[in-house]
Amino acid sequence: MAISSPHFDHDGERLDHLLMARMVEPGSRVLDVGCGDGTLLDLLVRERDVDGRGIELSHEGVSRSVARGLSVIQGDADADLAAYPDDCFDYVILSQTIQATRRPRVVLEHLLRIGRRAIVSLPNFGHWRVRTHLALKGTMPVTKNLPDTWYDTPNIHFCTIRDFVELCDAVGADIERAVALHANGRPVGVNAPWWLWNLFGSQAVFLLRRRTPSTTDHNVADQRTVDHGKKQ
Amino acid sequence: MAVVERGYRRPLTRLTHPPAFVDPDNPCIMTSGTLPQISASQVESPDSLVARFGPERPLVLDSGVELSPLQIAYQTYGELNAARSNAVLVCHALTGDQHAANVHPVTGKPGWWSTMVGPGKPIDTDRYFVICSNVVGGCLGTTGPASINPETGKPWALTFPLVTIRDMVRAQAMLVDFLGIDELFCVAGGSMGGMQVLEWAASFPERVYSAMPIATAAIHSAQNIAFSEVGRQAIMADPEWRGGRYLEAGTRPAKGLAVARMGAHITYLSEEALHRKFGRRLQDRSAPTFTFDADFQVESYLRHQGEAFVERFDANSYLYVTRAMDYFDIAGSHDGILANAFRGTRTRFCVISFSSDWLFPTGNSRSVVHALNAAGASVSFVEIISDKGHDAFLLDEPELIATTSGFLAAAARKRGI
Repeated sequence: MAISSPHFDHDGERLDHLLMARMVEPGSRVLDVGCGDGTLLDLLVRERDVDGRGIELSHEGVSRSVARGLSVIQGDADADLAAYPDDCFDYVILSQTIQATRRPRVVLEHLLRIGRRAIVSLPNFGHWRVRTHLALKGTMPVTKNLPDTWYDTPNIHFCTIRDFVELCDAVGADIERAVALHANGRPVGVNAPWWLWNLFGSQAVFLLRRRTPSTTDHNVADQRTVDHGKKQ
Repeated sequence: MAVVERGYRRPLTRLTHPPAFVDPDNPCIMTSGTLPQISASQVESPDSLVARFGPERPLVLDSGVELSPLQIAYQTYGELNAARSNAVLVCHALTGDQHAANVHPVTGKPGWWSTMVGPGKPIDTDRYFVICSNVVGGCLGTTGPASINPETGKPWALTFPLVTIRDMVRAQAMLVDFLGIDELFCVAGGSMGGMQVLEWAASFPERVYSAMPIATAAIHSAQNIAFSEVGRQAIMADPEWRGGRYLEAGTRPAKGLAVARMGAHITYLSEEALHRKFGRRLQDRSAPTFTFDADFQVESYLRHQGEAFVERFDANSYLYVTRAMDYFDIAGSHDGILANAFRGTRTRFCVISFSSDWLFPTGNSRSVVHALNAAGASVSFVEIISDKGHDAFLLDEPELIATTSGFLAAAARKRGI
């Protein structure tokens, strides 16, 4: 379901995947929701020694994942997350998928309930190319990163980085880390203000956790940390 | 003491059956009078390995009855490795038997799971030691209602105690013990075999490294109990059934059993598969005969299925084994919560369903998957798109082969096989 055309490092790993993998503590329990053919989950098992599980909608994705030896079930985020108990994973990952769910808010709430932390990556509809396309051409943007026309895209709930930050606040999620990536997969300037991220970030990756009473005062803008996309 | 012996190898007694499935004098009724009692010879001394358990090793049934002596007929394929870590137990479905991957001694046909078990197949006999046993209550050599009750010297018939899926699994565990195997690398099976897989994982989690329940459910639905009951009533309505004592009377409820099979067989297929295979095409004729003869190909096919079935299956066994499925409800024996049956399990599961299976629809498998997720189990699940109905698990479905191969190969890597 990934909609960004991915960029790779020298070992052929996707840069956004490497970024997410580095957010995961080694040896933890991870659920990848919308895991596709299991590429990210496989990376996490190999590089971070995680106990990994996946959910994927497509038959082909599930078959390829299972053939890799991954524990992946066929299902979809909207229907199947409710069956998982609270806190049963250390991390729940939603990679380039939230914009394709029917109820993104409910899905995000489930992620925060099931996992002690959630990692969400999403394409940024506020990117300047998208904005100029819509402003100048007056048609829904079809760009390298958003290649589908409006009538056959699986993405039904587009948002910008800023929209997502507001949703995090609404559902009571603290942003522990956030990284915006250029279209080439490299991070946007780390200490840049949100509006700059929202303009130049092609996608963003968030590390979230349920807000506890003692953390309600956190200023999310101060929690963005340096991340240079290098493999550890 | 349990003893094992190689069953006497008779020359294959293949049935030569007249191609016509109808009585020439009464073409609307299926024949049954001339069927040889082939399966009876398989009951006591089957064409397979047999493990016998004496009075010191009774099988304690869910009903409380201690069944003894007990005989378990089984087949093995491949070699057990030195670490005894590569054993795969294959569990058969309602009317299957231990002949999973060899030519069947009665029908002469390939084993019922020869698409899945064999050299280079997903359950690779070059790599794994594969065991398949006839279930308790069956009629191909494991103790069942057609066996002789040693106390009376007569067939058990309906005096045989009711058995459950868990009883079948307990008997298999005795066989696995007898073979000196602590942990099974995998337990695999479809339909009723899949029920046994789930029961193995629930009852003996430490003995099951991986599990493949296919086209199955953790509970037998009301609709399926209803189908079972129609089959049983068809058998019991046959005057030749004689209150279950047909073996003593020298008769056979072949018509009743055939009708039971015909009804059940429809549930194994799908509307689409029947349409594709037969449509409304006529059988060996160009126009309807305006009789109750088998004008349509689908009728002829079902009659053939019924007749072929009675050659190899015992009617009372059909009653017992369908009843065992009816009683199956894993959650029922775990406070009504299916996840409780799998709490803390370390077994790796691969659950598979088929899109056109209306006997064990995908929802059944999804319930199992949800429970396994809730229990924190390692589980893979795929619904395979197929129009072949429930029987798809027995057929050469490429996605079934690919998924199971991948799952088992990955599990074997983890297990160090």
